[in-house]
Amino acid sequence: MRTVLKLAALVLLAVPALAHSADDKRRQFDRDDGHYVQVTVADPYLELHLGPGRRYPVFHVISRGEPIQILYRRTDWFKIRDEHDREGWARRGDMAETLLATGEKLPLENITRRDAGTYPWEAGGETGNFGGGNVNSVYLSYALIPNLAAEVSVANALGHSSNSEMLLAGLVHTPRPDWRFAPFIDVGTGLVRVHPKATIIAPPQRHEVLGYYGVGAKWYLTQRFLLRADYRSYVIFTTRDQNEDRNEWKAGFAFFF
Amino acid sequence: MESRLRVLLLIVCAVALGGCSMWPFHRKHHRAPTQVVDTIESDNPTAPIVEPQVTRRKVHAPKIRNSNFEFGGSLGLLNVEDFGSNGVGNARLIYHITEDFFAEGIYGESRLGLTSYERLSGGARLLTDAQRKVRFYTLDMGYDIFPGEVYVGKRRTFNSAFYLVGGVGGTQFGGDTRFTITVGAGYRLILNDWMAAHLDVRDHLLDTNVLGSMRSTNNLESTLGVTVFF
Repeated sequence: MRTVLKLAALVLLAVPALAHSADDKRRQFDRDDGHYVQVTVADPYLELHLGPGRRYPVFHVISRGEPIQILYRRTDWFKIRDEHDREGWARRGDMAETLLATGEKLPLENITRRDAGTYPWEAGGETGNFGGGNVNSVYLSYALIPNLAAEVSVANALGHSSNSEMLLAGLVHTPRPDWRFAPFIDVGTGLVRVHPKATIIAPPQRHEVLGYYGVGAKWYLTQRFLLRADYRSYVIFTTRDQNEDRNEWKAGFAFFF
Repeated sequence: MESRLRVLLLIVCAVALGGCSMWPFHRKHHRAPTQVVDTIESDNPTAPIVEPQVTRRKVHAPKIRNSNFEFGGSLGLLNVEDFGSNGVGNARLIYHITEDFFAEGIYGESRLGLTSYERLSGGARLLTDAQRKVRFYTLDMGYDIFPGEVYVGKRRTFNSAFYLVGGVGGTQFGGDTRFTITVGAGYRLILNDWMAAHLDVRDHLLDTNVLGSMRSTNNLESTLGVTVFF
């Protein structure tokens, strides 16, 4: 009985939804009018691919003067809907010759090189060697001006005698951020939590403050994508008589946005 | 004394760095247009000849939604060498950098089973319950090597991609965290504009001495998951 009631409730709920879709026989293109950016093809034609990538085949061609809606963007590709409700993917380069309702070209930035004014954020991950052990780190940086960025990073050093976690904040100075191969220097400070490894008596974990300076370089590969490698010299200000020195080199991938 | 010198050097370095940033390397891009002084003589030398009355139309870039991130979770099996297979749960964040490459961060948890020694010896336990908890993170890069389409039934098609991943991370169990290299492959099925299903197989390579001597181990993980694009 209960099952029957549940089914009846479901049917009742479903009816208005079906009725609505039956009522509204307009095209999706018209229903979404004003919801998405609408442009007109100004090139002789615009190719639609099956997916967001050059290796997906072209399945349809939209001719000049036809209006299209831009649903959303994924990397360098736009999901497009034409007035017959066909949906496909168009390359950013092909979209440059489309016109807005005002007759102006659709303003699309070409991400070939870092423009720190437009894309101040950068994030990446690196791995390498910290004082003889391994280290993994992730960082997030924000360009205050084109050649000075503030950076925070989290690192996990996995050594033979101890493991540690570091939380770092620093400044990165890039003299020529417009170069494809851009060297930088950085300086910063942070906190480190050290877990010493011992098999018999485990010493307690320590919290220390540290400082670092370093040099490195970024190599802009393609679009938002870059390689980064750097060397750093750390001083750990211990609570004991002597401070500890650590050298670190690491390399990894990053992207800006 | 040496540490004081070091601190002093660090401060000098910081100040120099700050100073360097003021150096006008970038000024050529941001130079203000030079004012052209009108030198034509007229009755009133201070008044400009032509008052420019140009009001520039502001062009607003239309807002197109970006959808480059994926966030989701997956469930599956993790085999830890010598400790058997156990369930594993992951949370993952993916950023599509280009149409081919993506960056991914994963956090996962699992538990260790019993070694065959522990099972055969009766009561002997090598690790405590707390030490049997496995936590790991992975930072990796992926490459969509075979993008494609799949056809489900007569009417439905879905975009898909077979991808390769490689990365580094850390794995914590048995009272220690170990550096881990991860390699694997996966399959992404894009269900609609905002959702995808993933099938992943990864090998976590790490050195461990939990069972006495230090040796390299291969730990296979296979998971099935769902992600949401945003």
